[in-house]
Amino acid sequence: MLRYVVHRLLLMIPTLIAISIIIFVIIQLPPGNYLESYIAELQAQGESVDPQKIAFLRKEYGLDKPLVEQYLYWAWGMLRGDFGYSFEFNLPVTKVVGDRMMLTMLVSGATILFTWAVAFPIGIYSATHQYSWGDYGLSFIGFLGIAVPNFMLALVMMYLANVYFGTSIGGLMGPEFIGKPWSWAKFVSVLEHIWIPVLVIGTHSTAGMIRRLRANLLDELQKQYVVTARAKGLPPRKVLFKYPLRMALNFFISDIGSILPHIISGAEITAVVLSLPTAGPMLLGALKSQDMYLAGSFLMFLALMIVVGVLISDLALVALDPRIRLQGGVAR
Amino acid sequence: MSPPSAAAAADKLSHFVSEAPFDPQSAVRLTPEQERFYLASQWKLMWWKFKLHRVAVVSAIILLLMYGSTLVTEILVPYNLHTRHTDFIYASPQRVHLFHEGRLSAPFVYELRKSLNMETLRREYTEDTTQPHPLRFFCSGDPYKFWGMVEMSFHLVCPGEGATLFLLGTDRLGRDVLSRIFYGARISLTIGLLGIAISFALGLVIGGMAGYFGGWVDLVVQRVIEVIRSFPELPLWMALSAVLPVTWSPILVYFGITGILAMLEWTGLARAVRSKLLALREEDYCTAARLMGARPKRIIARHLLPGFMSHLIASATLSIPGMILGETALSFLGIGLRPPITSWGVLLNEAQNINVVALYPWLMLPVVPVIVIILAFNFFGDGLRDAADPYR
Repeated sequence: MLRYVVHRLLLMIPTLIAISIIIFVIIQLPPGNYLESYIAELQAQGESVDPQKIAFLRKEYGLDKPLVEQYLYWAWGMLRGDFGYSFEFNLPVTKVVGDRMMLTMLVSGATILFTWAVAFPIGIYSATHQYSWGDYGLSFIGFLGIAVPNFMLALVMMYLANVYFGTSIGGLMGPEFIGKPWSWAKFVSVLEHIWIPVLVIGTHSTAGMIRRLRANLLDELQKQYVVTARAKGLPPRKVLFKYPLRMALNFFISDIGSILPHIISGAEITAVVLSLPTAGPMLLGALKSQDMYLAGSFLMFLALMIVVGVLISDLALVALDPRIRLQGGVAR
Repeated sequence: MSPPSAAAAADKLSHFVSEAPFDPQSAVRLTPEQERFYLASQWKLMWWKFKLHRVAVVSAIILLLMYGSTLVTEILVPYNLHTRHTDFIYASPQRVHLFHEGRLSAPFVYELRKSLNMETLRREYTEDTTQPHPLRFFCSGDPYKFWGMVEMSFHLVCPGEGATLFLLGTDRLGRDVLSRIFYGARISLTIGLLGIAISFALGLVIGGMAGYFGGWVDLVVQRVIEVIRSFPELPLWMALSAVLPVTWSPILVYFGITGILAMLEWTGLARAVRSKLLALREEDYCTAARLMGARPKRIIARHLLPGFMSHLIASATLSIPGMILGETALSFLGIGLRPPITSWGVLLNEAQNINVVALYPWLMLPVVPVIVIILAFNFFGDGLRDAADPYR
């Protein structure tokens, strides 16, 4: 077990390095950089630009060095928890994004729980009642969940929630709680608001998970041990709960790997529509204004979230599933 | 035992060889029906199986209709993509009537009357029911350039003289939403096909190399796929399309976005190809081909890939909707395609805030074809996959 954990952790390192290189290339791709457009903006406004100040800024951000050196500087900074400097906000990136990362994780975590809670019973029902009307109906709703773009769903849900429940539009909490320290009232307000994004982000991954769970469970239900158990005269409910369901539980954990990227992708665009104080809107803004360190840190953080999430799910699977544990193989 | 005599040996040498052509059915004679079934090609078997899947067939027809409509968009719709009706801004959807004053007549519309509600400051449109304006069919109307080349003004349906035909309302510049949805189909539908063509080629080549050569090639490809898959798709798409230079012409942006969508989608296909090839390359027929001196390229393309091509096409079909959704999302956020190129995502960009939901809900209608096309591709792909699976 320990060997496997260490092995997986070591394997993460080259992956993360490759990811950081790709992100760095992307954030360097646009012609010019924020500093140049900043200078241009100042000149356009008729303000004089102090060449000394520019030179100082250039040096401060390492913009005068070759690319490789810039990358190493950036990567080394990240290792020390220094994610660079946001030109737009004139603040270190960590100061700008800290709270948003937290909320992103909160929303993603809540969405995973929601996905599980909904997909589990529906998937089991669909598999045990294959080709029944319930199965068809639920499958169709699932397909709809895949087909409806979640930004549209977010818009409509936001409108409905406002009309019928009087929830304030947008955001993760009531306007009176923004910037306030955490309290019980704030927590309740967050709970009141979080269900919309969770529902919207969750539909897509829930639908996908139901389909995969159904297929998996159907395969499992046809296996010989189930036939044996039935032939022995075990009541159907017990047959289902004792064996195939346990297999399905493992699948739940291993499936995180495939739903997590979707959830995080969906969370971004939903957050833009709902103007949630998470990573999404700020990432979009940073990309549009080419505040590249900020954008790069967001991308790096989101990728890290996925890598770590998949790692945790793999490790949990090893701990849970004796077949994988004994063979020492990799889960996926 | 006595040694065989010389005569017997000579007799054996001159054994009987029939000159008649070989008849494969000499042992068991197949009925014509059996023959049709047993000797059917793989594609034919797939077609038979596919036909049984009702929903998939319906989806295929819908897809055909939608793609077919993009060929003659200009004729099908009543208005041009950019025609503005400055008198009818944010007009609500108009109804086609069949009864005028209780009497049945040809389909017609009433003229719209605009009034400004002084309380809400909204433009309100009411029907002036005094005079019906019958629709004209196969008529000459709003002029356009067919495929951007031939000047024409022929339409399938036009509004009656002096009236308008906004079946799905108009947008903030008074452009007909229905016409724009049809024009948007051109971009939204082709971007999926073009994207899947690129990622299909990438997946085949890269996955094929990894699976056939194994070793370090496989290792590198595996790592690359793993890295790409650990990115959240949409943020990476966002970053890449933000990188596209602002100076690019809209058509270049279109190809750029297609390329970006394809660049991240090939990984799934490459994985499927790789795992299949890893198993198949050990087969005897592959060894035989290699011993006869066939090059890797020929073995992969000629002997290995056709074996599971149908399956690959099915899974490629299933990844088209993701691309269409991706483009829609990017354009919705305003970092994908830009006007004057019009896709469904660009249209939905107008429906970005909650006012639209409350005041002009018909601006959200471009989402309907998005949903339809994604459902259709999903069902079609499912049917194709089932049909391609010989074990079901």
